[in-house]
Amino acid sequence: MMNKIFKKASVLAAVMTVAALMLSGTRTVQAEEIRIGFLAPLTGIFAQIGKDMRNGFQMYLDEQNGNLAGAQIKFIVEDGQGKPPVNVRKAQKLIRQDNVHMFIGGLLASTGYALAPVSTRSKVLYIASIPAADDLTQRQKQKFPYVVRTGWNSSQSTHPFGNWACDQGYKRIVTVGADYAFGHEVIGGFQKAFENCGGKIVQKLWPKLGTQDFGPFLPLIKKDADAVFTLMVGPMSLAFPKQYKAAGMKAPLLGGGTSADEFALPFMGDEAIGYVTALQYSAAIDTPKNMEFVKNYRSKYGKVPSYYSESNYTTVQFIHEVLKKTDGKWPGLEEFVKIVGTIQLDTVRGPVSLDDDMNPVQNIYIRQVTKKKNFGYPDEELWNNVVKTYPGVSQYWNFGKETFLKQPVYSRSYPPCDHCE
Amino acid sequence: MALKDRKKILTVMIVMALVGLFTPFANDFIRLLITQTLVLGILALSVDLLLGFTGLASLGQAAYLGMGAYLTAILVDRFQFGLGCDLSLILLMGIAIGAAGAAFFGLFAIRATGVYFLIITLALGMVVWGLANRWNSLTGGDNGINVMMRPNCGVDFSNDINFFLLVYIFFCLSLTAMYVLVNSPFGRTLVGIRESETRMRMLGYNTWLHKYLAFVIAGGFGGLAGVFWTHLNGIVSPEDVLLPISVDALLMVVLGGAGTLVGGPIGAAVVVFIREYLSTLVEWWQYILGGVYVLTILFLPDGLMGLMALVKTWRTDRSEKEGAEASSGQVR
Amino acid sequence: MDFWILQAFYGISYGALLFLLASGLSLIFGVMRIVNLAHGSYFLLGAYVALTVIWVTDSWLLAIPAGALTIAIIGLAMERIFLRQLGFAPLRQVLLTVGFALLFQQGALDLWGGDNMFIPVPEYLNWSIQTGTLFFPVYRIFMIAVVAVVGVILWLVIEKTTLGAVIRATVDDAEMARGIGIDTSTISMGVFALGAFLAALGGVIGGGFTGVYPGLDFEVLPLAFAVVIIGGMGSLRGALIGSMIVGLMDNIGKGLFPELSYFTLYAPMVLILAVKPTGLFGRE
Repeated sequence: MMNKIFKKASVLAAVMTVAALMLSGTRTVQAEEIRIGFLAPLTGIFAQIGKDMRNGFQMYLDEQNGNLAGAQIKFIVEDGQGKPPVNVRKAQKLIRQDNVHMFIGGLLASTGYALAPVSTRSKVLYIASIPAADDLTQRQKQKFPYVVRTGWNSSQSTHPFGNWACDQGYKRIVTVGADYAFGHEVIGGFQKAFENCGGKIVQKLWPKLGTQDFGPFLPLIKKDADAVFTLMVGPMSLAFPKQYKAAGMKAPLLGGGTSADEFALPFMGDEAIGYVTALQYSAAIDTPKNMEFVKNYRSKYGKVPSYYSESNYTTVQFIHEVLKKTDGKWPGLEEFVKIVGTIQLDTVRGPVSLDDDMNPVQNIYIRQVTKKKNFGYPDEELWNNVVKTYPGVSQYWNFGKETFLKQPVYSRSYPPCDHCE
Repeated sequence: MALKDRKKILTVMIVMALVGLFTPFANDFIRLLITQTLVLGILALSVDLLLGFTGLASLGQAAYLGMGAYLTAILVDRFQFGLGCDLSLILLMGIAIGAAGAAFFGLFAIRATGVYFLIITLALGMVVWGLANRWNSLTGGDNGINVMMRPNCGVDFSNDINFFLLVYIFFCLSLTAMYVLVNSPFGRTLVGIRESETRMRMLGYNTWLHKYLAFVIAGGFGGLAGVFWTHLNGIVSPEDVLLPISVDALLMVVLGGAGTLVGGPIGAAVVVFIREYLSTLVEWWQYILGGVYVLTILFLPDGLMGLMALVKTWRTDRSEKEGAEASSGQVR
Repeated sequence: MDFWILQAFYGISYGALLFLLASGLSLIFGVMRIVNLAHGSYFLLGAYVALTVIWVTDSWLLAIPAGALTIAIIGLAMERIFLRQLGFAPLRQVLLTVGFALLFQQGALDLWGGDNMFIPVPEYLNWSIQTGTLFFPVYRIFMIAVVAVVGVILWLVIEKTTLGAVIRATVDDAEMARGIGIDTSTISMGVFALGAFLAALGGVIGGGFTGVYPGLDFEVLPLAFAVVIIGGMGSLRGALIGSMIVGLMDNIGKGLFPELSYFTLYAPMVLILAVKPTGLFGRE
């Protein structure tokens, strides 16, 4: 009897040892190989965004034949499944098993917050190419010395947008935004800037994330508002303007970037025409560089690139630029962060550099959804026509860093709705 | 104790000893996955107590994991509490909050049976998710709360080996406690309720109270798992209390074999392996997960533990047959 | 006043969509005692199939029956090939449908990609009737009309025909029904297919209203639960009452207390189940 158990146990032990040997990854290190880990949701409800992110990254690498300034790039993609804890574990895998020099990506703000501490603990570079949570490069920056952001932060684009709204003569605006941190930050930024220049937010509505039927909210919207500012994400972006127009609402629609980005545009109808949103990128930016990018991307992946793709494309450009300065050698973690902070880059989205807190200083485009033929494509399609460019916008806009950081992070209750009726 | 039981216990002990010996030497990533398996294993144990021993399918067990996880994160984040030896207090509080949460929710849930229980636990789970999302000042809303460091109580748990050993010890304790519980008169009453609640009620048992207590105890284990969950990931967010974690927990138990205790953790190992490891190798891992699950339910009503039993019967059958043939040969 | 009229109208039109989604769930439970957790998947898959039909034929009218029937066949196959295998084992069957929901989710993602889409609605439904200051979107009126027609047909079949009598007998007591020679196996199959048909129909119609996107399956599932919990499982009348109550309650609740919109659905569900474990109008 005992014999049998021991036999079983020894077999089990043998199996486990073999498994351990098999699993304990290879760690071949070549001098000029740079290993880049990439986290994106490839399954689950955000899978398409994840693929867009990866495609943007891959396209730049392909253009360079996987070779950046002499460094051979090993690009390892992991499926973060759109969940913060899974992203953390996949980052651990990239760090410990693949021994990566840096990891990049993540989608949601919460994922950004989950991944940043990993970079601190493991002393590995994390480039947040998409996660936009303000405090990642603001009030919590000192906790995350190895985090570099190449995308944007939530309130960055709506600060200048607030001023733009004032310039249009809007006095009273109603906001309707998805009730979660990203929505709070985007709308908070708009409110702050808009009220700073004399506007009034007279009502704030917060439908929960994933709202399908805006029926409960539409009758609440004040009829005498000059405009309605929205922050929609995902499927909400498509449903809102349709239901808004069908309900006979007339006030012009403004919105945060995701309310009408290139991810949603192909599936929007004419109801979206006229929608004005702000973001650091539009596929309709009228520069040769962007046109070339859009055409290449579209012929390769069959769709107009969204900022998810552009941001990751530009991220590789940043890495490339650093490696150019080091002749394709990995400069070490601190050194990389130092070098990347000094770079001035001419990118698809325009000139970009990083501020002291490692957040991009870049153009913010005010974009209006327009139906037109663009870049020589035969069909009339919806494009985010750029109506105004605010150059060199930093995350602190014109508030000044010191003053700005004294206020709490934007939330459901900040800024307070002093003019709500 | 029956000989058969003793043999089973010995097997489990040997396997657990091997896990304890092997894991510190495993590669870093694998060690992390084994630690994760043990944390989810504790959650699976709590589901098994309900599903396997009481006949209540809970689709909201992530709620209690979430309570323990949020408690841990909030205390560390706000009060720097629980980063030293006060971790032991956190562990107790984690159990307490899970149990208290279940004690409150149980008042609503326990009267429901069958699929209604499934749905009400789901709805309660969604209420917790709503709270996690909406109670920004406490929970950090959608961004969640990140916990930068693990506790250090003489032993530094930032070291993954130490952290593994901590979880390992508590997993073994949980398994033992659960084993004692289900083999106690209380546990046997639960099984009686699973078989026929009406009969137990006629025999004079307060079935509501028994089910309620089982629910509360399960909540406590869920809360304990939550404490480790926070320190394993370094973050807690509403994602952690959402339906998929609850579904996974149920899946683990069904996969491993409900009513077997060890089935849940085995199921956890399979789910973690597919979700976290296989997914680094292939993009279509979800089909494997779904497929394994569907096939298990169709062909292995008692889960993987049932498979082991099947193999055993088959082997005994064969050896008996061989033996019979051999002996009949002798006679001839 | 305007506020209440609009909220009621929006609530009823949303409730109409919920009826399509939930009535099948309720019927399936009535006949087979299983809660089909893949029911949300039927809603989503129906919408995807309809989209494909529209891409190919450009016909919205054709897309409606095509989407609904295709999914009815899938439902039928699921019942025949898999659920039937298990005999009468409600819990295991429920768990099996979870597995299918996971498989359907990834399958849909691989077949149709993960973009958020919309079913294009024909122009003649895409306008609003204006009375005074109020606008009534025609598409919402259309949703109510569809449910009125479907509801009447279902009611006639179930209350007035022999087939209906057979179904009712099976819902009341399957054992007894078998005893008097009713082929409950075929009835189960038919009801399962019908349930899938209705959910997919809801998906096609809802796809022009809320969109079609990955994750929709698990978003609508709790809504269907809410309906059957309030209306009670196994009865059409209950499903209708339940969907109207949920539609109105959810709308008016969010309208009056927008800050509670995370709870307007689930908290009442919990309270109802706590007071009456088989649902408001349910019976065991």
